[in-house]
Amino acid sequence: MTQPVSPPRDSSTDTVPTAEPPAWRGLLARADVRTLSLLGVLAALVVIGGITKPDEFLDTRNLQLVLTQASVIGVVTVGMTFVIVSGGIDLSVGAIVALASVWATTVATQEYGFAGILFTAVVVGVGCGLVNGVLIAYGAMVPFIATLAMLASARGLALQITDGKTQIVTVPSVLDLGERDAYVLGVPPLVLVFALVTVVGWLVLNRTTFGRRTVAVGGNPEAARLAGIDVRRQRLYLYLLSGLCCGIAAFLLIVLSGSGQNTNGNLYELDAIAAAIIGGTLLTGGRGTITGSVLGVLIFTTITNIFALNNLQSDVQQIAKGAIIVAAVLVQRRTASTT
Amino acid sequence: MAPESPLLSMSKITKSFPGVRALDGVDLDVQAGEVHCLLGQNGAGKSTLIKVLAGAHQPDTGRLRWRGEEVALRSPIAAMRLGIATIYQELDLVEHLSVAENVHLGHEPTAAGFVVRGKAAKASTAALLERLGHAEIDPARLVGELSAAQQQIVSMARALSHDVRLIVMDEPSAALDPDEVDNLFRIVGDLTAAGVAVVYISHRLEEIRRIGDRVTVLKDGRAVANGLPAKSTPTREVVALMTGRNVEYVFPGRPVSPPSGEPVLKVRQLSRTGEFEPFDLDVRPGEIVGLAGLVGSGRSEILETVYGARRPTSGQVLVDGEPLRPGSVRAAVRAGLGLAPEERKAQALLMLESVTRNVSVSSMSRFSRGGWIDRGAELGAARAATRELSLRPDNPSVPVRTLSGGNQQKAVLARWLLRGCKVLLLDEPTRGVDVGARAELYAVVRRLADEGLAVLLVSSEVPEVLGLADRVLVLREGRVVHTAPARELDEHRVLDLVMEGSPAS
Repeated sequence: MTQPVSPPRDSSTDTVPTAEPPAWRGLLARADVRTLSLLGVLAALVVIGGITKPDEFLDTRNLQLVLTQASVIGVVTVGMTFVIVSGGIDLSVGAIVALASVWATTVATQEYGFAGILFTAVVVGVGCGLVNGVLIAYGAMVPFIATLAMLASARGLALQITDGKTQIVTVPSVLDLGERDAYVLGVPPLVLVFALVTVVGWLVLNRTTFGRRTVAVGGNPEAARLAGIDVRRQRLYLYLLSGLCCGIAAFLLIVLSGSGQNTNGNLYELDAIAAAIIGGTLLTGGRGTITGSVLGVLIFTTITNIFALNNLQSDVQQIAKGAIIVAAVLVQRRTASTT
Repeated sequence: MAPESPLLSMSKITKSFPGVRALDGVDLDVQAGEVHCLLGQNGAGKSTLIKVLAGAHQPDTGRLRWRGEEVALRSPIAAMRLGIATIYQELDLVEHLSVAENVHLGHEPTAAGFVVRGKAAKASTAALLERLGHAEIDPARLVGELSAAQQQIVSMARALSHDVRLIVMDEPSAALDPDEVDNLFRIVGDLTAAGVAVVYISHRLEEIRRIGDRVTVLKDGRAVANGLPAKSTPTREVVALMTGRNVEYVFPGRPVSPPSGEPVLKVRQLSRTGEFEPFDLDVRPGEIVGLAGLVGSGRSEILETVYGARRPTSGQVLVDGEPLRPGSVRAAVRAGLGLAPEERKAQALLMLESVTRNVSVSSMSRFSRGGWIDRGAELGAARAATRELSLRPDNPSVPVRTLSGGNQQKAVLARWLLRGCKVLLLDEPTRGVDVGARAELYAVVRRLADEGLAVLLVSSEVPEVLGLADRVLVLREGRVVHTAPARELDEHRVLDLVMEGSPAS
């Protein structure tokens, strides 16, 4: 029997054709659950801080300090999130921050004042990102190895530049940026930079073709290539972006500490990766949020602050951080499997 | 057969996943020495059922009896101990280990409890491979170096390395050439003659006719028929059970007048050393040209080279008379080519993303200004493209991974429809698409061609090429051995050509 083709409909779905769907609601709800749980943890930490050290923790100056400390690592984490979403990793961020901060604070650079320092920090960051990106995208090196090599060389170069000495910043306009007078409505300028980077990062990841390509390259590089995306160029751009964030972070660190040191940014790579992971970014790529990463940074910084206020040593802090990473991933796996 | 006590008896098995009842009271009886076929569309519950059988999933309710005794399969190891082995469709071999190491993975012959006796492992592996008719596979070779068909044999050798009483084979013929399939059937015959039961899953009804004893049909998580005689149940009845409706393998009619006009795609003396020899090809707007050939005949390689995903050794690809930059997918896409690749999930889809984003990924510049995406326009365009192909569900915001195989394929087609491509390259367009949805996909492809698209089609299913294409190129070992209008060929003739390679012309 040959019937004409009346397109057979999918029997499972030919009910309710237009019922606007629980599907996107489910997605929304899940995104919300993740963000809300992170916010919940942060709120709980604030409560703990408020109870254990009511006067010190909730003091305006302390909160300003927490946010300022979060700013440096936060900017790095935004860049790291992009790289991880694209399926890569950048182990060199801490070393790039160190190199940028010392290069931007040499006597020669400081002669050019504020602009010279900012410019140098950013250019060094982007330059390191360029080397990473070219090696990974066009040299087909594994990101882990290429950025590990960059970590070693950038740290070495930073040590060579400083000879292990702290380089004091003598440019008043840079130092002023860290002073209370510069605060805008009680918010330190560094925090404003962090907020700006966060917002721009969110917009780029969620609302632009660049963000879409990043997600596509991380989710399925072969499919992205066959869909006509220039995967290699995208990878290059991503490491440039991470380098740019490191340059900005280096400048913030210079303002914050009033100096440049080759030991700056120690283990930032691990802090940034950890923050992205507890924020829900898949280490295998294809999924991640700026909101989650930033909340991750705030959670870690708040914990560090509370521990310091309670005179707990950094060894205890480290153990707590490790426990939080494990707990966050376990909780996320549970929420993921129930949806 | 001893009907009083089946080897395996599953009764009232249910298994739910969040939001889905994958199995809803399924019964399955398997006798020793029989080939029991499991049929059903994608999503009917076949995979879940065999995973329950393999101990990979725990059923929510229901009973499992093994040789009359109630058992619980708490883990894959428990199932293996009873003598149940599963050969999954996605082969689960370790590429960087040797054949022998893979075969004995988890139960290596050892001395003193932990020192692996490599020679013994190799010897017993060689014996198993010989029994499977593939003595030419060297047990010392790395699995990653073997062909898909050989890997399947290794997988089977692994199953047989246990004292096995029941083997589950999930679409074992999917990656095999016809002569490989014959060998597979011979192996199945040997196994059943030795009293081993085989649970055989396939989309291909003719295979089930050849080797099956009984058939159980699953639909929507239920067994709609149990133990039908495999050889005598009419095809229409089986298809009706699977789909819940009467569907024939229907191909859309061809246009009355053959497409004329300038070819939009011209291939001139294109070749890739070791894959395919230089050939010419023209595809006109409105025309569907099919490439028929066995696995390894160079079909997919040709398609991917035309698309720029592989760099040709020689020759040119021209679109509208303009030569494409060789080896550049981006140049091909820009010139108006679109590829629906063979491995949809691995090569085409962003499985974590929504249908919208999967559809829009190749046309993002159309919804964006300065890199900024207008999401309203994007959603609207994706909705229009998916509606035109009647993709279900009619909601492009759902994750693409929740769609059936046929609808995932439509999402890929919608991507190129939205891009406004001129030449569509289809590589195995109905792989993993259930019988009911195929006819619809054929109709979609024909309609797109009628609207002026040029289509280059590759398929390992000869009836599909003959039914859908206007013109057919027959390939054998990388050479075009025959070209003819599809209506001048029949399946028998094409199979002769691809095997013998002796064009009568």
